Amino acid sequence: MAVTDLTRATAVEIAALVASRDVSAVEVTQAHLDRIASVEDSVHAFLHVDVDGALEQARAVDHATASGSSPGPLAGVPLALKDVLVQTGVPTTCGSKILEGWLPPYDATVVKRLRAAGVVILGKTNMDEFAMGSSTENSAYGPTHNPWDLDRIPGGSSGGSAAAVAAYEAPLAIGTDTGGSIRQPAAVTGIVGAKPTYGGVSRYGLVAFSSSLDQAGPFARNVLDTALLHAAIAGYDEFDSTSINAPVPDVVAAAQGADVRGMRIGVVRELSGEGYQPSVQARFDEAVELLRQAGAEVVEVSCPAFDYALGAYYLIAPSECSSNLARFDAMRYGIRVGDDGENGAEEVMRLTRDAGFGPEVKRRIILGTYALSSGYYDAYYGQAQKVRTLITRDFEAAWASVDVLVSPTTPTEAFRIGERADDPVAMYKADLCTLPSSLYGGPAMSVPVGLGDEGLPVGLQVMAPVMADDRIYRVGAAIESMLTDRWGGPLLQKAVAL
Amino acid sequence: MATLSHTGDVLMDYDDVMANFDPVLGLEVHVELGTASKMFCGCATEFGAEPNTQVCPTCLGLPGSLPVLNRTAVESAIRIGLALNCSIAPWCRFARKNYFYPDMPKNFQTSQYDEPICFEGWLDVEIETDEGPRTFRVEIERAHMEEDTGKSLHVGGATGRIHGADFSLVDYNRAGIPLIEIVTKPVAGTGKYAPEVARAYVGALRELLRALEVSDVKMEQGSLRCDANVSLRPTPESPLGTRTETKNVNSLRSVERAVRFEMQRQATRLSAGEVVVQETRHWHEDTGVTTAGRIKSDAEDYRYFPEPDLVPVAPAAEWVEELRGTLPEPPAERRRRLATEWGINDLEMQSVINAGAVELVLATITAGADSAAARKWWMGEIARRANDDGVELESLPITALQVAQVDAMVTSGRLNDKLARQVIDGVLAGEGEPEAVADARGLQIVSDDGPLLEAVKAAIESNADAAQKIRDGKIQAVGALVGAVMKTTRGQADAGRARELILAELGASEGA
Repeated sequence: MAVTDLTRATAVEIAALVASRDVSAVEVTQAHLDRIASVEDSVHAFLHVDVDGALEQARAVDHATASGSSPGPLAGVPLALKDVLVQTGVPTTCGSKILEGWLPPYDATVVKRLRAAGVVILGKTNMDEFAMGSSTENSAYGPTHNPWDLDRIPGGSSGGSAAAVAAYEAPLAIGTDTGGSIRQPAAVTGIVGAKPTYGGVSRYGLVAFSSSLDQAGPFARNVLDTALLHAAIAGYDEFDSTSINAPVPDVVAAAQGADVRGMRIGVVRELSGEGYQPSVQARFDEAVELLRQAGAEVVEVSCPAFDYALGAYYLIAPSECSSNLARFDAMRYGIRVGDDGENGAEEVMRLTRDAGFGPEVKRRIILGTYALSSGYYDAYYGQAQKVRTLITRDFEAAWASVDVLVSPTTPTEAFRIGERADDPVAMYKADLCTLPSSLYGGPAMSVPVGLGDEGLPVGLQVMAPVMADDRIYRVGAAIESMLTDRWGGPLLQKAVAL
Repeated sequence: MATLSHTGDVLMDYDDVMANFDPVLGLEVHVELGTASKMFCGCATEFGAEPNTQVCPTCLGLPGSLPVLNRTAVESAIRIGLALNCSIAPWCRFARKNYFYPDMPKNFQTSQYDEPICFEGWLDVEIETDEGPRTFRVEIERAHMEEDTGKSLHVGGATGRIHGADFSLVDYNRAGIPLIEIVTKPVAGTGKYAPEVARAYVGALRELLRALEVSDVKMEQGSLRCDANVSLRPTPESPLGTRTETKNVNSLRSVERAVRFEMQRQATRLSAGEVVVQETRHWHEDTGVTTAGRIKSDAEDYRYFPEPDLVPVAPAAEWVEELRGTLPEPPAERRRRLATEWGINDLEMQSVINAGAVELVLATITAGADSAAARKWWMGEIARRANDDGVELESLPITALQVAQVDAMVTSGRLNDKLARQVIDGVLAGEGEPEAVADARGLQIVSDDGPLLEAVKAAIESNADAAQKIRDGKIQAVGALVGAVMKTTRGQADAGRARELILAELGASEGA
């Protein structure tokens, strides 16, 4: 196989080639580093490319395969890691100035598991600052561009990870999803992205935005690769108290099965209509029709509390973030501003936070601080938690009659860079469909279902009950199988070459 | 009537305070648990380690780190609650208390807010009143779990406080050490005994915690810290007055003194038509006064909310009952039992308790001394030294074993009480074990009759009058001669043997 093809290979193919020693992990890694070097100027998916570290990991994988020991299920497969997960000695900024220069002294659990699986981590990807945003425009280090149209956003906050996979800079990427930050970028870049059940993947080493919502998850160019990565990082971790101590659903078998015969699929009535781009709705409807033809039973389901998800989310997430981000105070790590011998500690904290945080982060800290304030707590944070309970009840009621729920992943195709920068609420609406399952905690996936009338990818979201992650893979794989047959290959083939 | 405090403030006399006001107390005690690891991570908790050597991503609050609850700390919290007659919450959560301070790594403290693990209990404390011993029931509002902060050292500046310091150093070894905060309900009805009740409460709590073996409860090292809230009102029927919260109260004696001072200070202000400011105050052990700290308003907003990084704590009823079975004998019962065993009355027992000597006496008995001797040493010579130095008995550099060894040397006749006190001096001065101190200082009762006999003869010679009285049968005059012998032998003589020799020399006998 020619070296240029390695960047087009799936994770499954690469792992097989490396394990059989037909191709070395170093060759695979070098091919991707070369690809990064050639497209990064236009895409800007990475904040830090760890050339030496990646090659060193690749050599270790080759050494393991040569010595006959098992190199892991994803041996030698390169991966792009969202810059919100810590990796020992590798810069971790969370897309923020405030963490510039910080080298974490420890590995996130996700990183440890990636290493154990034989994955080669190429570097850290761009993101909205502290994962707050839907376009990756909120990065302190400049926006990432959508490989389908460089003037468009790649989604966010995991826009760098999604763009890296869509631009063939890596076959796999890790993102994090708090209100849609994996699913929405996957949808607008034409790839697959999954948010596991909350508690399914350890948050240890994931720099917190909103602790009760944050969840790391996989990106790939197809459902099976996504499942393999999901399986590699999931499972109980004693270092995360909210981690679920139960067997991980067999997502790989589900992705391989791709069988929806007899499955009951609910279309969420509230996630359609006004504000939804007609071509997005059309692609969604066509995919649902395919599922029906494949033997699924499709019904409409009403989830009335979903209408309040946006309001609840923008109280809960900022509240938690106002507390989580308090630790960035210049005392122990990151930048320090104003330490001139005259300013006291409080003044240095204030100057550092003023200089180090971007406007969206400040907006959310202020919002959250207000919502938690004495006298306002009940009306805002308390009320939002009640809405969260109602949304959970809507999901639970739905599970009485259906196995999964589906909706468009985003109401529109990717918008233009700068288009919504001055309108936070318009920006927030990009997550309208993904917020409910974040608030509920169940697993959800975005899978490509075609192009909208602007020629950009459209995603379908599958939502399942807590710890039924296998179901999203079964449905996602079925849709993928039918559509790639129809298209004669993955949707990404339709993107212009970079 | 008024008196001057050490700093020159005019203070109302205590009797006048009580003639015009009724005090109400509120006591908040922080206990550092003696767990091997911290509240939310595996770091060690050893006191006095090199700064910032017992830290990890979690207790340093590094980005991405997460807490994991220490089960032993929960167990200790429940046992403390049960021992304080509290109810144990079947389900409770941690909360974040948000505020910025450089020694708090996350700029929030993981604590409990409206869902404490233990609530609604009581502790009976005994004090000595004009009418004899009296028991006060101190009601406990709650006991909850939280993590300690790091420790700041402010270098430069006049006060050692952050304001005016040139720079500050922070040691995060203490950050994340498990704390239990025990809060009383308002303690009213103590009248003039408020300072004694405060002291007795903290003392009784310390005794209880020590018996539970959950903490080393050393006030000077900060493993037991007391904040004393004091307010005054004109009469017991009046609404509660404005309170102050006095911090830095590092001994039982200070608890009593600080409460008394605050009562006098507040009464002085109120009588002069001034108001009491709601604030924290700092106790100064050396000058015996409190000074203003930060203004504390009820509206202070910590923006508490449930800690999303931890799951709720739901101790199973069976586990709670199992822990109840591990509780030690209740201190009040234990005190009565010990008083009986030692053959002393309530008053004597109370003074042993107030001196913080119960465990020390007990350990000394275990090490071989009899109870009277053990009490004599701890409550006498050693207590005097502790008092002189202004420290707790237990923090003096002498152990129960060493005291038992000294006592054994007395029993065996090697030392008399006077020499034994010198040995204790030597041990306290760091000169080594009792045996070594006695050897090095040459302390030994002179029991060889040769030199003693010479001293006896010399004493008879120079005290002819007394000698004649003894010869005449006035045996009681022997005291003067024994004293003379002891003087010439610089106290090293065995007084009993000297007496025998004097009487024999003069041909007199006890029975004569």
